[in-house]
Amino acid sequence: MMGADILAVAYLLAAVLFILGLKGLSAPKTARRGNLLAIVGMAVALVAVLASPAVSEYGWIIAGVVIGGLIGSQMASRVEMTSMPQLVAALHSFVGLAAVLVALGTFLNHRAMGGLNPVLMAELGIGSFIGAITFTGSVVAFAKLQGLMGSAPLQFRGQHLLNALLALAMIGLTVYFCITGELWVWVAMTVVALLLGWLLITPIGGADMPVVVSMLNSYSGWAASATGFTLQNELLIITGALVGASGAILSYIMCRAMNRSIISVIFGGFGGDAVSADAGQAGDQTVKSAAPEDASFMLENAEKVIIVPGYGMAVAQAQHAVSELTSLLEEHGVTVKFAIHPVAGRMPGHMNVLLAEADISYDRVFEMEEINSEFSTADVTLVIGANDVINPAARTDKGSPIYGMPILDVDKSRQIYVIKRSMSPGYAGVDNSLFYQDNCSLVFGDAKHVCEKMLQAFE
Amino acid sequence: MSVILFSIYIFVLACFVGYQVVWGVTPALHTPLMSLTNAISGIIVVGAILVAGAGEADTLTKFIGFVAVTLASINIFGGFMVTQRMLAMFKKKER
Repeated sequence: MMGADILAVAYLLAAVLFILGLKGLSAPKTARRGNLLAIVGMAVALVAVLASPAVSEYGWIIAGVVIGGLIGSQMASRVEMTSMPQLVAALHSFVGLAAVLVALGTFLNHRAMGGLNPVLMAELGIGSFIGAITFTGSVVAFAKLQGLMGSAPLQFRGQHLLNALLALAMIGLTVYFCITGELWVWVAMTVVALLLGWLLITPIGGADMPVVVSMLNSYSGWAASATGFTLQNELLIITGALVGASGAILSYIMCRAMNRSIISVIFGGFGGDAVSADAGQAGDQTVKSAAPEDASFMLENAEKVIIVPGYGMAVAQAQHAVSELTSLLEEHGVTVKFAIHPVAGRMPGHMNVLLAEADISYDRVFEMEEINSEFSTADVTLVIGANDVINPAARTDKGSPIYGMPILDVDKSRQIYVIKRSMSPGYAGVDNSLFYQDNCSLVFGDAKHVCEKMLQAFE
Repeated sequence: MSVILFSIYIFVLACFVGYQVVWGVTPALHTPLMSLTNAISGIIVVGAILVAGAGEADTLTKFIGFVAVTLASINIFGGFMVTQRMLAMFKKKER
């Protein structure tokens, strides 16, 4: 079977190119070449499968590729960098739904030709339910990120019991499907899985989104892998495993950065509906507030400044103003560095992309471990819309819910300015002891607005 | 070795490769990593094409395949293009 061998070689080549593509992301220099290698891999796989004897009609395929290509390229060229988490969540949901549909189509084809067997049906069933969970889970994640759905965790009594029962029902139906091979059993199983995906993600709060998005990334990979088992297609198995491993590692990194176990994130219920504590409630401690002009004066006269961006910068779309501020400071001979906490923003690496978009050179942007020792030598640290990731209580207060979480050691710098919309606590619902330090002043207002005022003060 | 066991072999080894490769990705590029994995998981298009392009299948099945091809193509085009767009922004400026 020469044809089958050529196809297999093409798939192997595609898999190698995907692996090299991911490897390219180990440094910004090689990353673009990596993406191109992955594109070539995809092209090789597409040409190979289209030329294979199993495909004899092209009408539907061409229509699908053209329509999907148009939608995809529109989405990719229009999306704002601040909305990347939503785009990624939407793309996960498509993989999930595609896995469900491929399983259904494969089932219908095999049933028509009498080629069903228990192993195939087990693979079909598993592929469908992972796909279905990925699909509705990602839809909920998308809705929360887009603000279509409240980002606070929705919880009710008996939720975990209900989820456990649904999971059992889903597995039971999958087994029954393997035995009977009836379409209605498949439908029932898929519906239960869709419901389960929905219920699993709704209880998870907005700021746990970096974990959720990574987790769904992983699921979408496992869904592709399961489809590969169904179709006995090694390329799908390999690619799915790569994606699944990637999402799992990112979830792990995000959880570690919050000092939380994946289990506690999945079962949800961390703040979100936090009681809003205003300044008065923090005992007799008071915070100092400063005008943007004060902050800008201090920045201008500093030798070394560290900027800590957080979700507040993304919400306010302040990255361009921050970039201008950085250029002005550098013209004044000030050294400016950026410090990024792993869970800053709504997805892994979110802040790095925003800073890159605003033309801030990546060699000025540092990860937590790289820069934490430098805060003690910084004259001024400017925090833009970050809160829990700079709370010293994580180091000192054993009673705090965020105790043990690795933080940026902002409190060690000489002078700190925090741009913040209000005194409301971060998503963990914890008061931030940093704000009461003598060397810390709060600049209230929208991040973009404040940065623009600081720019004006310079000129 | 049975076919399923062969597939499991490949799956397990690919998980290890993925684990090794992804730990090497710099944290600064974690968002492009996600969009690139979005793009390559569009490889599910191979399965969708086999459903949509099987000559002997009925129209409903082909239509299901068509929807799957469309969804997977959104991932492929959207994922690769947005990754390229993001990576083009990661520049090193001369001081």
